[in-house]
Amino acid sequence: MIPIEHILLLSALLFTIGVLGVMLRRNVIIMFMSIELMLNAVNLSFATFARGMDSMTGVVFIFFIIVVAAAEAVVGLSIILSIFRTSKTLDIDEFNLLKW
Amino acid sequence: MLTIFYVFASLSVLGALGVLFLRSPIHCALSLVGTFFCLGAIYVMLNAEFVAVIQVLVYAGAIMVLFLFVLMLLSSKDNEKYVNKWSIGKLLAGLLSLWIFVQIASLFTADELQLGPKGAYPIEIVEEVGSVALIGRLLFTDYILSFEIIAILLLIAVIGAVVIAKRRFQ
Repeated sequence: MIPIEHILLLSALLFTIGVLGVMLRRNVIIMFMSIELMLNAVNLSFATFARGMDSMTGVVFIFFIIVVAAAEAVVGLSIILSIFRTSKTLDIDEFNLLKW
Repeated sequence: MLTIFYVFASLSVLGALGVLFLRSPIHCALSLVGTFFCLGAIYVMLNAEFVAVIQVLVYAGAIMVLFLFVLMLLSSKDNEKYVNKWSIGKLLAGLLSLWIFVQIASLFTADELQLGPKGAYPIEIVEEVGSVALIGRLLFTDYILSFEIIAILLLIAVIGAVVIAKRRFQ
């Protein structure tokens, strides 16, 4: 049996790397991938707690989170696609259409 | 068992660092696929076989293929203007994420982790019935309303994506 603390530490590490990716990278799609990474870190801690507490609810939650992540990826990528048509770049600093 | 876990854990962290540091977006996406595979292996060790299969099929399969499609569609000539110098913003980002990591880690390393009362599904029952059957039973009884709502959410997301991404002819 793997100690729960080790898996939670892995989850925290993956989440932190995701946060760093969102803050450091300037490519929209890579920022999007970092968000997916953070969602996965949260999923991992859900599964860990579900196992540690002999519960099934965490696993059902992962199912819902994955569906929401898929929906988010589809909508986000189509937004990126339509922004790219006008601005011809993937650099997040160039997307200042809504900035006053 | 523990050794295998450490192998997969370090591989997944390596893949995540690849997303953070690799230059080409395609390489980032492939390294993220590696991370998702390793996380799937860890789910198997946690007796969540259904989640492991979904992880590989939906995440490493469908979502990452979508990312790769978009990346190939949008071949931006000027790749990320990679400023390789240390700016004050990057330093702040590093310090902030370090603080986040310390805060999360202090939750479960400070003293003995206090888990609440045990649920109704100990490991013997999960191994006897199988996690897929248990999840299916829960999804269609206790969580049926959430299940239906999430189906509608997925439909709306697909329609919205088509509407947003279609070309507008004048």
